[in-house]
Amino acid sequence: MLSTQAIENIKKAIAKYPRKKSASMDALMIAQKECGHLTEDILLEIAHLLEMPPVQLNQVAAFYTMYNKRPVGKYHIQVCTNISCSLLGSEHIFQFFSKMLGIKKGETTSDKKFTLSEVECLGSCGTAPMMQINDDYYENLTEAKIEEILKTLK
Amino acid sequence: MEPVLLKNINTPDSHRIDVYIKNGGYQALPAALKMQTDALIQMVKDSGLRGRGGAGFSTGLKWSFITKDATIPKYLCCNADEGEPGTFKDRAIIEKDPHQLIEGMIIACYAIGAHAAYIYIRGEFDFGARRLEQAISEAHQKGYLGKNILNSSFNCHIYVHRGAGAYICGEETALIESIEGKRGQPRIKPPFPAQVGLFAKPTVINNVETLACIPHIVNKGPRWFASIGPEKSPGPKIVGVSGHVKNPGLYELPMGTPLREVIFTHAGGIRDGRKFKAAIPGGVSAPMLTEKDLDTTMDFDGMAAKGTMLGSAGVIVMDDTTCIVKVAMRTMGFFRHESCGKCTPCREGTDWTYKVLHRIEHGQGKDGDVELLEKLCGNIFGRTFCPLGDGAVMALRGALKNFRNEFEYHVKKKRCMV
Repeated sequence: MLSTQAIENIKKAIAKYPRKKSASMDALMIAQKECGHLTEDILLEIAHLLEMPPVQLNQVAAFYTMYNKRPVGKYHIQVCTNISCSLLGSEHIFQFFSKMLGIKKGETTSDKKFTLSEVECLGSCGTAPMMQINDDYYENLTEAKIEEILKTLK
Repeated sequence: MEPVLLKNINTPDSHRIDVYIKNGGYQALPAALKMQTDALIQMVKDSGLRGRGGAGFSTGLKWSFITKDATIPKYLCCNADEGEPGTFKDRAIIEKDPHQLIEGMIIACYAIGAHAAYIYIRGEFDFGARRLEQAISEAHQKGYLGKNILNSSFNCHIYVHRGAGAYICGEETALIESIEGKRGQPRIKPPFPAQVGLFAKPTVINNVETLACIPHIVNKGPRWFASIGPEKSPGPKIVGVSGHVKNPGLYELPMGTPLREVIFTHAGGIRDGRKFKAAIPGGVSAPMLTEKDLDTTMDFDGMAAKGTMLGSAGVIVMDDTTCIVKVAMRTMGFFRHESCGKCTPCREGTDWTYKVLHRIEHGQGKDGDVELLEKLCGNIFGRTFCPLGDGAVMALRGALKNFRNEFEYHVKKKRCMV
């Protein structure tokens, strides 16, 4: 069940558009922020709020990569491996994470703290290699910098 | 050239409205609101401004396609779905100088008679989206947005719409579908968005950098803008340089600056004493150029003459340690992941091409694989709903044209030559 606050925020999003279902993307993001990932129950609840067929909302949730259809760790580490980052060693950065956390691409640590993903260009090519953890960007990555960052993630 | 668009990005608190106003911001808006909309559109036409998203279409002309019928609602969409790999220019404007964009958007809305606008910002730009929300709220408080703006009787609202990780939504009709709350899949054209766009109403879609140019054109005049760079694609241009250079970053230069100057003067040349091998001039969809093409000028026509494109002017530089087969494989992996799945040539073609490149890169290439790649390119190019498939083919053809020997070496010797 979504909280009253989340429902309130979804109603605010609906007000931005002439059609209710235009708020589907905002609603999915609001729900994900609160619940971590999107379950069938949550999708049904949102579809009801937006007065749209659940199947249409499922299509939207399935299409966009940022909606988590499965549980992710408390910290979702997303390493960019597109060209600019790859030229400056993003594969090594990814392997380094993989070794440090003991997980492979797409996996979550057993304590549910970290999920490791490979992502496409995040628009930060001038400061490659880079990654995003949850909402925040981390740029000009080195092994030493990663060790420091991991220490701050409790 | 004195920076125009990036002039204030290093000023402390450059994102705040007071700082923007102190540095000359929101002077173009009252001037524009006093103009007839036809004169304003003519001014943008006369400036020669061409779309900075990559297609290079005349902005003034695009605005002029919108009906003058005041009874029909119209929309402006700002394309801030910056996702073309190698591109990071719009993010700087959004995060560091968002009011430049907001002011440009209000003027554009006034010119086309729109009372509502949406900024489609890619989902990953969380910080940028929050900066935009704050800027919009500041502009409301000062009376630049909302009802009866500066006593002109013009009403305008701007809303932020956040994407959720789909490159295809940078394509204008997919962007519209996404704002409508659907999967971001392109629509067939015609009808064009100027006739049937967002919520089936006439719609203009402009890139962030394009809209940020507007206040400067109003303030300094179309002649000033047209006097910068080549006659047919004038103006200041933000060029982003990444990859194997000493000083990667954003450089605001006159359109038409030679690629050599961009890489070797502004970005400091190749790092670690290595040699230049190739550069992708406008995001990964743009075919790569080599040493012999370094004097090509960075403008729409200069790049087109060399069979490539200015695109987003995101320059990716590669040194002589770079394996082009690997770059081609990673690039096709990107297009394969981002293909929306709507049309067969793109969905199947990018997947098949990636598989062939993957086996070549991993020493399992077969005789005839290079020819197979060329054949696949021919079956994708020009046969898709939108330019994503074309972009994938252009990137691969650029690699094959310049470095065919590397692909053949991989197939024959089962290893890399660099």
